[in-house]
Amino acid sequence: MKFDTIIIGGGLAGLLAGIRLLENGKKVAIVSAGQSALHFCSGSFELLGRLGGKFVERPFEAIDSLPAAHPLKKMGRERAEEYTRQFIDLMKRAGIELHGDPERNSWRLSPVGLIKPSWLTLPDHLTFTNPHTLPFGSAAIINVYGYIDFYPQFIAAGLSKRGVKSVISTYDTPGIAHLRKSSTEMRSSTIARVLNDEDLEEIADQLNEKSRDCEVILTPAVFGLYSEEPLRQLRDLCDRPLWMVPTIPANVPGVRTQLMLRERFQRLGGEYLLGDTALRGDFRNGRLKRIYTYNLGEMPLEADTFVMASGSFFSNGIRANMEKIYEPVLGLDVSLHGGRTQWYDKDFYAPQPYEKCGVTTDDALHPSLLGKPVENIYAVGSLLAEADSLSEMSGAGVTMVTSLHAASEILGNN
Amino acid sequence: MEQEHNYSHNNFEECKKCTICTVYCPVTPVNPDYPGPKQAGPDGERYRLKKPYFYDEALKYCLNCKRCEVACPSNVKIGDIIMSARIKYAEGRPSLRDTMLGNTDFMGTVATAMAPIVNYTLGLKPVKKIMDATLRIDSHRQFPKYASQRFDTWYRRNAAEKQRQFKKQVAYFHGCYVNYNYPQLGKDLITVLNAAGYGVQLLEKEKCCGVAKISNRCVKEATRDAEINVASIRKAAIDGRMPVVTTSSTCTFTMRDEYPHILGIDTDDIRDSIMLATRFLYDLVDRGEVKLAFRKDYHEKIAYHVPCHMQKLGWTIYSTSLLRMIPGLEWIPLHQSCCGIAGTYGFKKENYNYSQEIGAGLFADIETKDPDLVATDCETCKWQIEMSTSKHCDNPISIIARALDIEETRRLNGVEPE
Repeated sequence: MKFDTIIIGGGLAGLLAGIRLLENGKKVAIVSAGQSALHFCSGSFELLGRLGGKFVERPFEAIDSLPAAHPLKKMGRERAEEYTRQFIDLMKRAGIELHGDPERNSWRLSPVGLIKPSWLTLPDHLTFTNPHTLPFGSAAIINVYGYIDFYPQFIAAGLSKRGVKSVISTYDTPGIAHLRKSSTEMRSSTIARVLNDEDLEEIADQLNEKSRDCEVILTPAVFGLYSEEPLRQLRDLCDRPLWMVPTIPANVPGVRTQLMLRERFQRLGGEYLLGDTALRGDFRNGRLKRIYTYNLGEMPLEADTFVMASGSFFSNGIRANMEKIYEPVLGLDVSLHGGRTQWYDKDFYAPQPYEKCGVTTDDALHPSLLGKPVENIYAVGSLLAEADSLSEMSGAGVTMVTSLHAASEILGNN
Repeated sequence: MEQEHNYSHNNFEECKKCTICTVYCPVTPVNPDYPGPKQAGPDGERYRLKKPYFYDEALKYCLNCKRCEVACPSNVKIGDIIMSARIKYAEGRPSLRDTMLGNTDFMGTVATAMAPIVNYTLGLKPVKKIMDATLRIDSHRQFPKYASQRFDTWYRRNAAEKQRQFKKQVAYFHGCYVNYNYPQLGKDLITVLNAAGYGVQLLEKEKCCGVAKISNRCVKEATRDAEINVASIRKAAIDGRMPVVTTSSTCTFTMRDEYPHILGIDTDDIRDSIMLATRFLYDLVDRGEVKLAFRKDYHEKIAYHVPCHMQKLGWTIYSTSLLRMIPGLEWIPLHQSCCGIAGTYGFKKENYNYSQEIGAGLFADIETKDPDLVATDCETCKWQIEMSTSKHCDNPISIIARALDIEETRRLNGVEPE
């Protein structure tokens, strides 16, 4: 089976590159071993939120001060700006509106009431420009009755530090009451799946009633698993501004983003091989010719170019055993070679060296095999070495810039 | 991707508790009595390994659809863990009803012998009411019709000799559905493969693949049948050097993966030889070894429904790519979700409503998009969709048989005209 490009990894990195290629007439397949880390995205995409533990106000400018090996530095500020424009437009074509000023980071609420840097966000995601004051003086924090992954008291404490008074209550529907019979399955995505259009009116009535003395409504993000439509409807039905507060994963906004991007990819004619694992590749004259997968067995997938978007440790794009850290599909070169004791810092909250471990590339994002760059492979996203997405809050940024760059290179090269 | 020092065969140690499986479980939102794949699978397994006492009877609500496994980012065999726990820990022997539902081949043998009477009787309201009350087989469920002549009987009488004349041969695992309910699909397969230059042989001995026996915990019988099938397949695939083709995604999945994972039968040497006919045919066309010519006057709007076990096999691409080669075929994309029947699951009174609720989204999507026909590789999905929507359902092989310009295809592949 022959394609122009085969992408290993079906999360944000793989889908962005895949959609861009399909929009330009390429024949593309994605091999995705299980669902992606996008399911843990609470609704906010960061380009570069923190450096050296400090809040970054202007993320594009901050790219200049990154070390030379950092993927964002390799791409450079101008490209980051260009790909940001492409990213916003591409998401819009997939039906996803992003909010926020790309030039400037703002702040958002975390699921436990802390505040974190924020760049571009999904709709109904509360952001604010001043970390010390919020754009309202009082809030009704209204949870789903019996929902286990949301902590109103923590949110209230976070708001109170910023002078916001809040009242805590819950809403309920017959569907939610039915679901509550299960002690383990009161999770955001399950709630999102039982709510239907009639429930929205009932919920809006309760939200309006219970927020009567407040300026805004804050409620857990459990609406709209397949589209943004339920959010729009609920917003229209509410008397006061309504903001979605992120929950503990899996996150409904993240799952929705994954499903909408995949839908767009498939609508454009892309083949999405879900639940299949790339096992190995055949190289000829320093180029990758084909890959073999678990499900397709002896019938390989061939392509002119390949994109490795297989993620980091969570997605098994990078693996570790007692002796080494490695890239399991093609055996691409990885950074961080020291012994196991050098992979981590004993202070759990310190930046961890293993977070920066990943596939090394040249400036054009070609990874290498035993020191030799492979010209028809591009490595993108959290698979890449030298970015620490946790401490820098750069996960989506690195992913977006590198995957759109790989797509541009592939389109330019052909 | 397996950990280097796993104890388990099912990767249970790799569960990161991320709950992504829960997002894709069809049962969770409709039936709160079901503990959900994470709790029923790896979480519960920790306790069950300690003491069987922790086994929860509610695991019977699992569809065994494997959507949790397809979603899992850590390759944990969640569905296998749940199915194996049901077999190992569930108390009591399977009920009479479950044994009857599980033994599709025995029931088929009896029913085809008296097909007109059985079809008539199973359609009668009073009979359905009695079965509902006594056996707890839901009275709303439509039974598939039984054929009056078994496929293997028809084959031996009418096809065997002619099939031997082809130089290239495949073996065909027809399964219970083709044998007892819908022999036409087997005949369609022969038409298509003959035109492509291949003769079709039956296996020396064929038993039910066992999927229904496994899900109804009739494990002894399933293992006995599986061993007969594996021996026959080995004979065809290894001694006879023939690929073994199938026309049911569930039979295929069961023999390739449930045999080793659930029944503990080693199939390593034959696993790659068992394949859906659409995969076999697509590969031949893709490699330029076979050419297909389609009729100019064929035109149909077709939507493809991905059966859960087809998704797990990862072979949707073969069926859809083959269908999309047909010039007169208009492609209607569907939102992919479980149809809810899950083999014999949806026949049971305690599951019927859940089954229909699970499929509701799919049924509505099919009605809205209004295709001429729904294509699918699974017979029980077909029953469910035909019962729950206004649309007819066909296997891709039957659609290809209809759309194919048989004479031209035979000519292109150097097959003598009939």
